[in-house]
Amino acid sequence: MTDVLDWTWQYDGVILLTGILCAVAASLPGNFLVLRRTSLLGDAVSHAVLPGIAAAFLLTHSRTGAVLFVGAVVAGLLTAVLTELIRDIGSVDEGASTGVVFTTLFAAGLVLIVQAADAVDLDPGCVLYGALEDSPLQTVRIVGTEIPRVALTLAGVLLLNLLFVVLFFKELLISSFDPGLATTGGYSARLVHYLLMIVVAITAVASFEAAGNILVVAMFIVPPSSALLLTTRLSRMIWLSAGIAAISAVAGHFSAIVLPRWLGYRSISTAGMMTLCAGLCFLIAALFSPSAGVLTGWVRRVRLSLRILCEDLLALLYRIEERGSVPGGAGRSDVSNGQSGVFGDAGFEYLAKKLLCSRRLLILAGWIQQYRGNLVREGPAWRLTDSGRRVASLLVRSHRLWESYLATEGVGPGRIHRQAETLEHYTSEGLRNRLDTGVADGAVDPHGSRIPREDDFRIPPVS
Amino acid sequence: MSDQTLPLSIQDLTVAWHRRPVIWDVEFDVSPGRLVGIVGPNGAGKSTLLKAVMDLVPKASGRVEIFGRPWRESRQRVGYVPQRESVDWDFPVSVLDVVTMGLYGRIGWFGRVRRVHREAARRALEQVGIGELADRQISQLSGGQQQRTFLARALVQEADLYLMDEPFAAVDAATEQAIVGILRSMRAAGRTAVVIHHDLHTVPDYFDSVVLLNMRVVAEGPTHEVFTRENLERTYGGRLTLLEEATEALRRREQRL
Repeated sequence: MTDVLDWTWQYDGVILLTGILCAVAASLPGNFLVLRRTSLLGDAVSHAVLPGIAAAFLLTHSRTGAVLFVGAVVAGLLTAVLTELIRDIGSVDEGASTGVVFTTLFAAGLVLIVQAADAVDLDPGCVLYGALEDSPLQTVRIVGTEIPRVALTLAGVLLLNLLFVVLFFKELLISSFDPGLATTGGYSARLVHYLLMIVVAITAVASFEAAGNILVVAMFIVPPSSALLLTTRLSRMIWLSAGIAAISAVAGHFSAIVLPRWLGYRSISTAGMMTLCAGLCFLIAALFSPSAGVLTGWVRRVRLSLRILCEDLLALLYRIEERGSVPGGAGRSDVSNGQSGVFGDAGFEYLAKKLLCSRRLLILAGWIQQYRGNLVREGPAWRLTDSGRRVASLLVRSHRLWESYLATEGVGPGRIHRQAETLEHYTSEGLRNRLDTGVADGAVDPHGSRIPREDDFRIPPVS
Repeated sequence: MSDQTLPLSIQDLTVAWHRRPVIWDVEFDVSPGRLVGIVGPNGAGKSTLLKAVMDLVPKASGRVEIFGRPWRESRQRVGYVPQRESVDWDFPVSVLDVVTMGLYGRIGWFGRVRRVHREAARRALEQVGIGELADRQISQLSGGQQQRTFLARALVQEADLYLMDEPFAAVDAATEQAIVGILRSMRAAGRTAVVIHHDLHTVPDYFDSVVLLNMRVVAEGPTHEVFTRENLERTYGGRLTLLEEATEALRRREQRL
């Protein structure tokens, strides 16, 4: 394993750790950016890092990390303040005003950096893609051990973000959901907004050196958006987003090692691969989300129509039994010994025509009901079992009760059957009994057919 | 001078937006234990009035006193029910979470939400008749249920003065009756509610007094005295009021500059 991947803990372990720290740290405050519909603000604040560092250097002529760090955070905050200002003054929407502010600031940063570049080791390309691969090289010495500097910073940021989200959970929740209520309740929505912006700015600044803008912006937004698709509770969303971020970082690093060999490239940006993996996670969430998933919805629809087809099949067989024959001699009934059913090709054609489905679907429905023990197939014949007969009788009961009810409600005789056809699949025993008491004596439906009773085919409990 | 028993006293209140007045020189008092309806056409500044009372929008001039004190000092005694559309109903929280938010003001910064708070929220939900929905996600609620959730959130605050922004907008008849029932039991408990209302037919039935608002107060007082055809025509009148004409002229002038 280690051989195949060309894996060394001193090197890859540190990259992986740095990537995970950065991804998880960014995803935590990112949840609130997504929920406040200010996702772009994370992007904007991250881009302000460049002009911030340049301006800090030009103003102080200091190259100390701390000074540049503060400069970048201040620039990030300035972005947030300016965005709000322009939105209010210019009467434009948040997205447009964010776009105006951060592109302008970023451009100013590019101009300034030419002045500062000679003195500060800053490369615009590095701002975008980061240099995760270099993170193991710079270390600081703490209690006798060499610790990678970037990982140490990011661990601090992760701790800060974790504390922020846990301690201010309530405040973040109320000011994101209902700023008006928050402010009237004594939690200034504006104050919470700027606290969040400070945290976002610090995260962006701390991450950009290691991971670059792309990764941090992606991690602000993509894992929380994926998590939102998968859950309906904020606390679960936050933990889930952190998990997705970590998984993206791990998957990204491994694919950055493996993919170049398969594709024959020399190397792939680790941060880029991590971002790509986060995008994949989102795609999976979007396909399989329990509430809004594309595939989930499709599966749910197919399952529902299949369930209805299966139920309709039983009800149709019940009606054939009741009548004693099928037009065209495809079926027969011998009620005395419970032997009845539908036979052969003609019977098949008849069922498929009545149920408006293809033969293949019909066979599938028959197979499902056979598996459930509601149907037996003896050679070419399909027959209801005792339990199948019970299920079917209850469906027919629901159907006929609904017809009676709808008729008394004044629905035209031409339409009661079609409405009852739908309603019968969603009728519980309680509802049936209420319909029963509501509808005359419940003996026959408007078409003169007998309404089966609730306990007609109740299977006696096995003692 | 300032009356400590008076739930709400508004003097000379003006709110402007881009120098265009939204409400102008509004002045009225609300006596305790009354249900007060605020009625007026769209754009008359009804929501703005409530927001200005709570400092949610800046005042251009004027003074608001709640139980004889400024808003900041008496906000614990005020419950606000914003318009239903003002929040995102797809937010990943449960109905119970939303109601519990009504207690955040009392819990304070860094305070934890405890079981007593959640139980109080559950009781409030029972009171508005949707106790069984407590653990649902809010996106699954119907319009009427959303409004009941907001009402429960206000109830749980146990405020003395309630400010409600169109609680009856687009709710089913059953919800409307439930809200009216709750308003009446609030009044019976000596509480006061100021309610923005749209349906003119039900005003005499629901409210003890009424404020007819169209940028300024057209008329205010006990419903049976003030809620007259003549006053309504003055409030909803098709013609632009002189005030509106003046502000319109002001705006056009500014745009030409």
